[in-house]
Amino acid sequence: MTDAAAVEAAVAQTHRRDWARVLAATAAIARDLDLAEECVQEAYASALGSWVDAGIPANPAAWLTVTAKRRAVDAIRRETRARSRLPLLVMTAEAAGQATEYEQAEQGDPGEAIADERLRLIFTCCHPALAQEAQIALTLRLICGVPVPGIARAFLVSETTMAARITRAKKKIATARIPYRVPGSAELPERVRGVLAVIYLLFTTGYTAPSGAALVRAELVDRAMHLARMLRELMPGDTEVAGLYALLLVTDARRDTRTSPDGRLVRLADQDRSRWDRAALAEAHDVIVGCLRTRAPGRYALQAAIASLYAEAPAYEQTDWPQIVALYDRLLEVWPSPVVALNRVVPLAMVRGPAAALAEVEKLQRDGRLSGYHYLPAIKAELLSRAGRARDAANAYRQAFDLAANEAERAFLAEQIDAHTVWSG
Amino acid sequence: MAQYAVLIYAHDSAHAPDATPGDLESCDQHADELTDSGTMVAAYALTPRDMATSIRDDVITDGPFVDSKEVVAGFYVVEAPDLDAALAIARRNPVVAAGGGVEVRPVHSSFVRSSPEAAG
Repeated sequence: MTDAAAVEAAVAQTHRRDWARVLAATAAIARDLDLAEECVQEAYASALGSWVDAGIPANPAAWLTVTAKRRAVDAIRRETRARSRLPLLVMTAEAAGQATEYEQAEQGDPGEAIADERLRLIFTCCHPALAQEAQIALTLRLICGVPVPGIARAFLVSETTMAARITRAKKKIATARIPYRVPGSAELPERVRGVLAVIYLLFTTGYTAPSGAALVRAELVDRAMHLARMLRELMPGDTEVAGLYALLLVTDARRDTRTSPDGRLVRLADQDRSRWDRAALAEAHDVIVGCLRTRAPGRYALQAAIASLYAEAPAYEQTDWPQIVALYDRLLEVWPSPVVALNRVVPLAMVRGPAAALAEVEKLQRDGRLSGYHYLPAIKAELLSRAGRARDAANAYRQAFDLAANEAERAFLAEQIDAHTVWSG
Repeated sequence: MAQYAVLIYAHDSAHAPDATPGDLESCDQHADELTDSGTMVAAYALTPRDMATSIRDDVITDGPFVDSKEVVAGFYVVEAPDLDAALAIARRNPVVAAGGGVEVRPVHSSFVRSSPEAAG
């Protein structure tokens, strides 16, 4: 007999770490995502009892995979379970007669076979033929193993709505024959971008969720980190995958200092640098150096490099501003977004002064694409304040306040309005 | 193998009653490619939007059913092993590079009368 609490802890740990591996392997046998999900769920449930009797196996993931696969085989053989009447998942062999180049390259090492299946599952969940909200829901359910109620809470919809969204997506995968495979080299870069977008969106949703949902927020951030780490392990040669991983590491390293104990927002300049996660920052630094050595670093690698440079300065005032502006210029080349242009204004003000930066902000304001974006008036307000124009700054802070939705950010902006209103008398 | 319908969306159909072979060259060439490779199962080119008549709530009106910038200019059915393969085929339609687009839908079932008169 093994202690029930120890078994529970072991099951929880392997659930977090190995769910994707177990489900991906089972889906390849079941060829039906619903059936695979059910069998994996049952395997985890039965582990709770079996491991108390027989001890925790040396390789829990292997035990769970064997158990789930056996259940799938039994279900198919007996047809006793109410199997959906949807077509079977399209596998590589049947679909194309051969593996894609990426999969062939991986097949050299038999140990990679399981890794392959996780990648197939990721690319299937994040297929562009599915709506992005469905991609996100499927990723959390099938790759992270988050139960439907948890996903529903994170995205502020009812459980019924979320369950319907996931069912509909699974139905489309089967009916439209979205293949269970890693895309070929021609499509791969575009498809990887889609996967990275899902992970980044999960992270930012967690990072900026309303402060009332603090627990959900931490959970989403953890899941996004886990996914980014898994993808990096599965696609070690892809610099954008590495770039996203580094970006999440750097951003998350500052998690605890972003808000004060009473939930108020703390600006980067005012954050307690001694509390940043130095180990995470050092890991990110090494990854970024590797990315920047490549011929054309992508969007995520450059974003990570900027965030990392900010984090490396011993104090905010000692940030290497010219280098940051230079990185922003490169980022704008690969990702010409008005949000990037706005963020570039902050270091630009440090290099060339608030007046030059204000001119850039006004240019972006005329452009109009950021008219609903509260950071534009917020950044403008700060520049106006530094230029000694308190009355104009208060007005801009007010505009930002009206546009902001996050409570911590609204509280911060309200304070700024007060501070500048006093000054202008 | 599965069947997918490809619906062609364009400002209007190139297949006007008085269209010249030159007007139809790119469409015909693409159709020939798909037929020669054995991918094409069936294809229908439709006449322009001016020829369309719609019935809504039992009221007959002139023009396409949906009042939109694009109309369905034609549709064809291809055979492909999976959605990625079908999308790769559909993406090559000349309309995609000419400001229009295509919609790909898995076929549920089909019927075509097989008598010789049907060919018209």
